[in-house]
Amino acid sequence: MYRKIMVPVDLTHIDKLEKALSTAADLAKHYDAKICFFGVGTNTPSPVAHNPAEYDRKMAAFAQEQGKKTGIDCSGMTRISHDPAIDLSEIIVHAATEAKADVIVMASHVPGIADHIFASHGGYVATHWDHSVFLVR
Amino acid sequence: MGSNAETGIESPDGAANPIDTDYEIGQDNITKQIGPFGLDIHNPVFLISGLSIVAFVFLTLAFQESVGPMFNDLRGWLTSTFDWFFLSVANVFVLLCLFLIVSPLGKVRLGGQDAVPDYSYSGWFAMLFAAGMGIGLMFYGVSEPISHFTTSMGGATVGDGGARTDWAPLGGAMGDADAAFDLGMAATIFHWGLHPWAIYATVALALALFSFNKGLPLTMRSVFYPIFGERVWGWTGHVIDILAVFATLFGLATSLGFGAEQANAGLEFLFGIPVSDGSKVVLIIAITGVALISVLAGLDAGVKRLSEINMVLAALLLLFVVLVGPTMDIIKGFFTSLVAYVEYLPALSNPVGREDTNFSQGWTSFYWAWWISWSPFVGMFIARVSRGRTVREFITCVLIIPSLVCVLWMTAFGGTAVHMVNEGVQAIADAALPIKLFTMLEQLPLQAITSFIGIVLVIVFFVTSSDSGSLVIDTITAGGKVDAPVPQRIFWCTFEGLVAIALLLGGGLGSLQAMAVSTGFPFAIVLLLACYSIIQGLRSEPR
Repeated sequence: MYRKIMVPVDLTHIDKLEKALSTAADLAKHYDAKICFFGVGTNTPSPVAHNPAEYDRKMAAFAQEQGKKTGIDCSGMTRISHDPAIDLSEIIVHAATEAKADVIVMASHVPGIADHIFASHGGYVATHWDHSVFLVR
Repeated sequence: MGSNAETGIESPDGAANPIDTDYEIGQDNITKQIGPFGLDIHNPVFLISGLSIVAFVFLTLAFQESVGPMFNDLRGWLTSTFDWFFLSVANVFVLLCLFLIVSPLGKVRLGGQDAVPDYSYSGWFAMLFAAGMGIGLMFYGVSEPISHFTTSMGGATVGDGGARTDWAPLGGAMGDADAAFDLGMAATIFHWGLHPWAIYATVALALALFSFNKGLPLTMRSVFYPIFGERVWGWTGHVIDILAVFATLFGLATSLGFGAEQANAGLEFLFGIPVSDGSKVVLIIAITGVALISVLAGLDAGVKRLSEINMVLAALLLLFVVLVGPTMDIIKGFFTSLVAYVEYLPALSNPVGREDTNFSQGWTSFYWAWWISWSPFVGMFIARVSRGRTVREFITCVLIIPSLVCVLWMTAFGGTAVHMVNEGVQAIADAALPIKLFTMLEQLPLQAITSFIGIVLVIVFFVTSSDSGSLVIDTITAGGKVDAPVPQRIFWCTFEGLVAIALLLGGGLGSLQAMAVSTGFPFAIVLLLACYSIIQGLRSEPR
């Protein structure tokens, strides 16, 4: 049913992604699908990387490590944003389409009051992408 | 691409020479969830900046009678006692920039040798201009040339003590209208041309270099790494960043307060909307509200788009004045003003032995302190959008082109206004500062349309300042992170509006603006050190 799973990851908080990563791995094994780990970096230095090139390399290394760990065909994909705090959700939607993914598995928080003011990334992606979105809480 | 052999840090796009430091961006940040909102703030820069701003506003409101004169005296004392210093420092920045254009160091590319520019020329240039001085050109484009022309016509007058009492630049041009025009335009262009843009270019280049090529966080403190080393991550750096936040927020808030007064005067002139505290507060709320929408739209869809809209509107207005006004005089005036600027530049920028102290201290020194106090804000914003440009391209576009645009703008608006005053339209000379532009446009056809465009430009320039200023303060107070939670930038944008309203209603706009200008003095010292850092940083880059 699924051939390519996109998993947006924040390399700063990998510890908080364990459940989403396991879910994606289980789905991939079940449907014999590939996983594309996706991250949005900045052109300015960040806690994860000093520059876009380093960010790209770290994402590729993360994908490789996950591939080794799970035995799944994994790849890394990155995009650089001028203002990731705002543009993140939109970039995920575009990237998923570009990567020809057919499901997105992403970590999301429990909805709260703030979500009535600012749409959560998961909520935005589910509303604006044509394919399936699996939000892991 | 590949990692740097010495440091092990991945090079940016192509060859570059990053700084190897143990400091991790965000390591001093407090990351918390407060209720529904996430928080990612630098400790202690965010807290000290926020609390001291509140304390200063409170003290100014509570002790207006003593605090107001104190700050005004401080500003007056600094700009008159250290006029030679301000003038010298600005000259150093211009010389540094001109040197970088012609030196081999100009080949260094921001972001690495293979970096590609983040923005097209049009988008980049629009943002440079909107952040740099868009609003000032709207207000001073007509008034300053008239002022210098008038004082020059009056010539030099010497008081009882032997000191000059007039405000004419240099020796004035008693009764000679042509010479007074040239001197007036040269003095105006001097204040809006190479020198202010060199100040911005120096700060922006330093920030861009140490962030994009050296891999340090995008905050003011990073620029001083070559001087202070690892100490820059401690209190030395905290003080620099806090000072930057302070100057930016007070600069923006007081400008917003005064801007509301000026916009209100313009609206009264155009639509009869009465000047009152209520109208001004509504204007501040409206400008802050639109800035919030822009902030929430992000850098590309918000401030960039607004800057581009403003650029088109400003170009249309300029074209209209050139075509409908005295076209040949403006075209001729552009070249004669440029020649006059070059001719008078050495004398106007001379830091010592000046007789025209009212002009050199009251105008030039004040302006330089003001531009310098704004430089962390404008410089940081320019840096953020300038990745991928070579140093030569960067300086040319940040220094030369905006200066030429300023010459054109000042000639078109100021020159036309002086021309009108000479023909007997005294109303322009007599009008209050905020409505001089509109009084000038009133003399031309289609006044209703052009004045409306003028007021839209004024308001949108304020919105872009408020928006880009909030982004800058948010980045500094988040320790250089540009992806801090969105509510933080909403906080700063709103905070700035609230400070402006408090100062507008309670009084104290002038005194806190004087204090913001006073921060130009310590920053001038700090920026001199930055010049050394830039040279050091660029010399270590592959070219």
